[in-house]
Amino acid sequence: MTIEPKLHPPIEVSFAADETAARGAILKIMQALNARAISPDESGRVELVMAEVINNVVEHAYAGKLQGQITIRCTHRPGALDVQITDQGRPFPDIQLPDGVCASVDTDFDDLPEGGFGWFLIFQLTEGVQYTRDQDTNKLDIKFDLAQGAPPDQTA
Amino acid sequence: MNLTTTQSGEIQVITVNEARIDASVAIQFKDAMRSISDEGTSRILLDLSQVDFIDSSGLGAIVAAMKHIGSARKMDLSGLTPNVDKVFRLTRMDTIFGIHPSIEHAVAQSAG
Repeated sequence: MTIEPKLHPPIEVSFAADETAARGAILKIMQALNARAISPDESGRVELVMAEVINNVVEHAYAGKLQGQITIRCTHRPGALDVQITDQGRPFPDIQLPDGVCASVDTDFDDLPEGGFGWFLIFQLTEGVQYTRDQDTNKLDIKFDLAQGAPPDQTA
Repeated sequence: MNLTTTQSGEIQVITVNEARIDASVAIQFKDAMRSISDEGTSRILLDLSQVDFIDSSGLGAIVAAMKHIGSARKMDLSGLTPNVDKVFRLTRMDTIFGIHPSIEHAVAQSAG
């Protein structure tokens, strides 16, 4: 008889769509993830991608709205981390993801870009990003390959 | 947004006493940089050794600070931690800024 190793339980956080609440939620999730054997490089990657996606939701999906919630759910699978981010804000234009071309630095000094990096960073640092619009909910499913994989939860 | 400044020879060293420059503080960072840099005329070294996280808003704020200071007055960076360095490299902003491992290295280089 083989005993299946039990993976860590999912981490789920819901928070108000403003930058201060977002920062608190990301720190809370990273504390939980960093307690599992995830490398500093992978930790940095996950944190940056989450911050970029959430900034996007706050600035665009909920722009102009008085309030809204964002939910982040992280699920470990062997060798991977799935992060799902949902919100009830407006959909992406044409119900599709941006192309993620990085703002160019080949410009004159005064024309150097101060934005336009977010989606480029998200695509660069992940192994898959999928967007679905389900009635009034935006769902982003993001996959990270983790080199070391998630060790089984020994405490369970 | 806690910034402190010291003069090291001909360089104004501005130290960011924060762990994060992100969307929630990008505007405060830009405002604080304006105030602290407008007082001087020498080249600037932005010491980021305490910063272990920036997102694209933070990067944009650093670029905005440099643009405000103007092309005639150089602004270099020092003490980039791994995650911060990664953001500069991926976006190719490491080709725009002079980047030093430490304040000492930057000061020695400008003196030589």
